[in-house]
Amino acid sequence: MKETAIEVRNLNHFYNRHQSLKNINLEVYRHEILAIIGPAKSGKSTFLTCLNRMSDLIPGARVEGQILIDGQDIYRPEVDVVALRRKFGMVFATPIPLPMSIYENVVYGVRLAGKNNRPELDRLVEDSLEKAGLWNEVKDRLRISALKLSGGQQQRLCLARILALKPEYILLDEPTSGLDPISTMKIEDSLRRLKQNYTIILVTNNTKQAARVADRTAFFLMGELVEVAETEIIFTRPTDKRTEAYLEGKFG
Amino acid sequence: MTDLRKSDRLIKLGLLMIAFSAISALFVITLFIFEQGGPIMFKYGLKSFIFGQDWYPSEKIFGLWPMIVGSLMVTLGALIIGVPLGLATAIFLAEFSSRRLARILKPVIELLAGIPSVVYGFLGLMFLIPFIRENLGGPGLSVLAASIILGIMILPTVISISLDSIRAVPDCYREGSIALGATRWQTVRMVVLPAARSGILAAIILGMGRAIGETMAVIMVAGNAAEIPSSILQPVRTLTSNIALEMGYAAGEHRQALFATGVILFVIIMVLNTIANLTASRQGKR
Repeated sequence: MKETAIEVRNLNHFYNRHQSLKNINLEVYRHEILAIIGPAKSGKSTFLTCLNRMSDLIPGARVEGQILIDGQDIYRPEVDVVALRRKFGMVFATPIPLPMSIYENVVYGVRLAGKNNRPELDRLVEDSLEKAGLWNEVKDRLRISALKLSGGQQQRLCLARILALKPEYILLDEPTSGLDPISTMKIEDSLRRLKQNYTIILVTNNTKQAARVADRTAFFLMGELVEVAETEIIFTRPTDKRTEAYLEGKFG
Repeated sequence: MTDLRKSDRLIKLGLLMIAFSAISALFVITLFIFEQGGPIMFKYGLKSFIFGQDWYPSEKIFGLWPMIVGSLMVTLGALIIGVPLGLATAIFLAEFSSRRLARILKPVIELLAGIPSVVYGFLGLMFLIPFIRENLGGPGLSVLAASIILGIMILPTVISISLDSIRAVPDCYREGSIALGATRWQTVRMVVLPAARSGILAAIILGMGRAIGETMAVIMVAGNAAEIPSSILQPVRTLTSNIALEMGYAAGEHRQALFATGVILFVIIMVLNTIANLTASRQGKR
């Protein structure tokens, strides 16, 4: 029996008067890759931002329902939001290295947490870049600006940056949408390796990507969770007509 | 077709002449100041002119050192007061205040720039000078008073330019930083401010230019004694004040010495601007 890491109960999300998530119920298992697919504006990204409460930052946004992590609701008022966000590493669609060196990008979050021991940071940088599959390409130029890297390298740097924080969960919001096939492949390889130690939620509008890497796949449409099942089942015999239509490319 | 091309050429020529006249105005001013002020500097010696401690124009003793020090002191004082205050305001408006509050406050701050400098001087004379005299000692008319008034006068420049540059930092940097577990303040300090660095530096340079060039408000609150102040509570005379105070009655070599004051001011501003621009472009490249 798989262990539940995150349990989402009756989650509703509103943006001003518009309801962007409708009564979502979903479980995420530990050390799996859960892909979320669906057409644009179906609430996939919004769902991710609810998990680490980045949604708090958007004026006019409101959340109802519960998200339980290790049995605790993260929307309780006494929750330390900053500590919560450290448990979640998040990678965005556009790679956004901070305007500083490669090395500083990787240790940014760790420094914020107050760690400054040089040899320890050095080890952490190597380890994180290694896991993200970037170490060999940048080991000789850690001091150059991260903005000089290619798009694919920047995205793997963003992955390394969150790995340095030793999160429990990794949230990826269309991480390869702007990348070429080879860079995409490298990211997917990293994800497969990372699954051993992390719980990964991957939002993608590339259904083939979900088929390639995900253990389970959830299909979102217009703010609703249409269905969630083993990836193989979703792609071969979905229970809902709309899932089938989407996967056959009839809309979206 | 040929008609269109001809009018195009005419417009180009017209614009070129207008642009050239603006540049030539600068050129003529420079030439004029140096022509009027240059000879006397060499007659009495550049060294004694710049580093001379005494200014007795009636006895033909022209030492500008007290005014040079005075200008630098009040400008530095204005920056010490105006930059932290202005930058803090800009950070608050850009990152922490509600959008509605920022929409109300920004035009109000910009209104500060529209107040004539003589009004600042008047307010300083009425409230600030007695306050300093009674609470801190000295004559009240002082380096401190001039620095405070100038510090307030440069606020609109510092605030609006640094606010624009902070707002120009893409939101994705903030989101990236916050997703890494940074607080809002950590994000501002470690990501937003470094990214906005060159704009903030430009704000400081322009504020500095305003402070060093300001004349009327300074004359009213600085006391204008032509000697190096022994403390920030003592009176001070700036280069600009020196020209404005004496030009009305100066003649002959005295008048030329005032133009020479203008030359020194001109050179100081050029040097400060160049230093600031160089630091800005070097940091921008990093």
